[in-house]
Amino acid sequence: MEILLVSDRAEVGDWVEIGDTVLEPGQRAPQVPEDTRRVPLQYRVRGFAAEPGMCGAPMTIRTRAGRELRGTLLAVRPAYEHGFGVPADELLGIGEELRSILDAAVASE
Amino acid sequence: MNQRDDYQAVLARRNEIMRRSVGIDYGAYVDGRLSFDYERLLADAGYDIEATRLLQASSAVGNTPLVELPHLTRLARALAPPGKGARILLKDEAANPSGSFKDRRASLSVHEAVKRGYPGIAAATSGNYGAAVASHAAKAGLRCIIVQEAFDSAGIAQPEISEKTRACEAYGAEVMRLSVGPELFYVFLRVLEQTGFFNASLYTPYSILGIETLGFEIAEQTRAMTGHFPDTVLVTHAGGGNLTGTARGLRKAGADSTEVVAVSVDLSGLHMASDRDFNRKSFTTGHTGFSLPFTTWPDRADVPRNAARPLRYMDRFVTVTQGEVFYATEALATLEGLERGPAGNTSLAAALAIARDMQDDQILVVQETEYTGAGKHPTAQLSLARQLGIEVRRGDPRENQPGRNIVIPEHPSQLAVVDLDLSGIRLSYLRNALATLEPGQSPSQRDFEFLAADSGASVATINRIVEQHHAQDR
Repeated sequence: MEILLVSDRAEVGDWVEIGDTVLEPGQRAPQVPEDTRRVPLQYRVRGFAAEPGMCGAPMTIRTRAGRELRGTLLAVRPAYEHGFGVPADELLGIGEELRSILDAAVASE
Repeated sequence: MNQRDDYQAVLARRNEIMRRSVGIDYGAYVDGRLSFDYERLLADAGYDIEATRLLQASSAVGNTPLVELPHLTRLARALAPPGKGARILLKDEAANPSGSFKDRRASLSVHEAVKRGYPGIAAATSGNYGAAVASHAAKAGLRCIIVQEAFDSAGIAQPEISEKTRACEAYGAEVMRLSVGPELFYVFLRVLEQTGFFNASLYTPYSILGIETLGFEIAEQTRAMTGHFPDTVLVTHAGGGNLTGTARGLRKAGADSTEVVAVSVDLSGLHMASDRDFNRKSFTTGHTGFSLPFTTWPDRADVPRNAARPLRYMDRFVTVTQGEVFYATEALATLEGLERGPAGNTSLAAALAIARDMQDDQILVVQETEYTGAGKHPTAQLSLARQLGIEVRRGDPRENQPGRNIVIPEHPSQLAVVDLDLSGIRLSYLRNALATLEPGQSPSQRDFEFLAADSGASVATINRIVEQHHAQDR
């Protein structure tokens, strides 16, 4: 199923993500710490492809605010990949522990 | 006209860009070398409590429930000496349209943008405020751009910010996501300059006046429920707007003697502009990385004069740990049936500690909640933390080392607040203010009055710091 959805090629009107470098490492602001100064400032933005294109090649998009932006095509139909992660053992027991503290308090009243 | 768009050139135009994008002539309020007429700046915005309430009611903002937390109250009392353990109430701000109190701020900014005929609205925010601006812009039919600091140089996005990206896009906004660095401000200035959009800054009068209704409602609802005003209100504190607006609203409702406590997550040791540290923070707001710099110098904001001035209103400033907030989030879900947060539960974690020190006939109000969801959840944050090699374990929260471990308390009696030295913070503010004077310049009489109001320090203290400043000058 996923293979059908993922493509490196965008057609006009496809929802895509572009990005590029805003500032090279040598252009970073003077106040940024050393580790940040070693890497470029990059942007990513999503919108509708204004032309056909391939990932890695230049692409113009029209954003939902109506702007035309040009950058490098990074993804076609980019997924929202954030989730809930793995259940945390460190949290799972807390509810029961607190209930037993409340039960003990009621019993001693 | 050709103008340069490089970093230095755009920053040199910042005052002009800001003036056009917020439509406020801040220079008109300057009345000393350091001072400005704060109350007139806010009053001239034209929104008293009634006007704000009417406007917010028209977009279903505010009037959120004040919820009794009987189980957490009983828990606090079970752990407290006899006669102690305040009654804990919670203002459920997640009930606002986009899921947080930020709707209160956004509603006024969007209304102003429409009224003044701007073609769209933009905001620089990685937090709930972006979703709030996008939501209100959608309803008003305004185009919207949100600029976020969202991912590190390895391309790893902070899960909480990814959720905000999704929410903003769900409301039809363009989201400009950036890697780590304060040059976000440069990108934001270019967006404002290119689009001519209104700047929905978190620090304009609109953004603060919008929150006054929150404090006002807390005072009214608490009195209706309990017969008197709250003894203490705990406010999750970052840029200062939440605390300033809430405290002003409490006062406007007549709750003059309510203690206002600022609560931040302790992220000491983590650099806010560090690419490496970016994803080692499990909280993206409500933490000391924002609250300390903004409390000790509010005018570091994106507008010339910040309308959020927390030292005027703060009675106490405490920190809690990341692990304690996750613990409180779990407690709220499993004991009270409210799945909220996590960042909004920062003051809830402090409440579980502070309530134990208060009398059992006293009222403590936790001032906000926020919506929860994918990314914006303790398990998402703990998963990322583990992936980055941060140790997650049960233990004593005093063993907390931000960026190295997250210690989830083993017992609710371990939840405790750490008081920050408020007089030291007032001194830092004064030193930062005096550093903006020209060499050899002295504060005027008006400046002294302003500094006293703005820092909460006594005139004697201000005199001492001024003398120290001049000694350094010489």
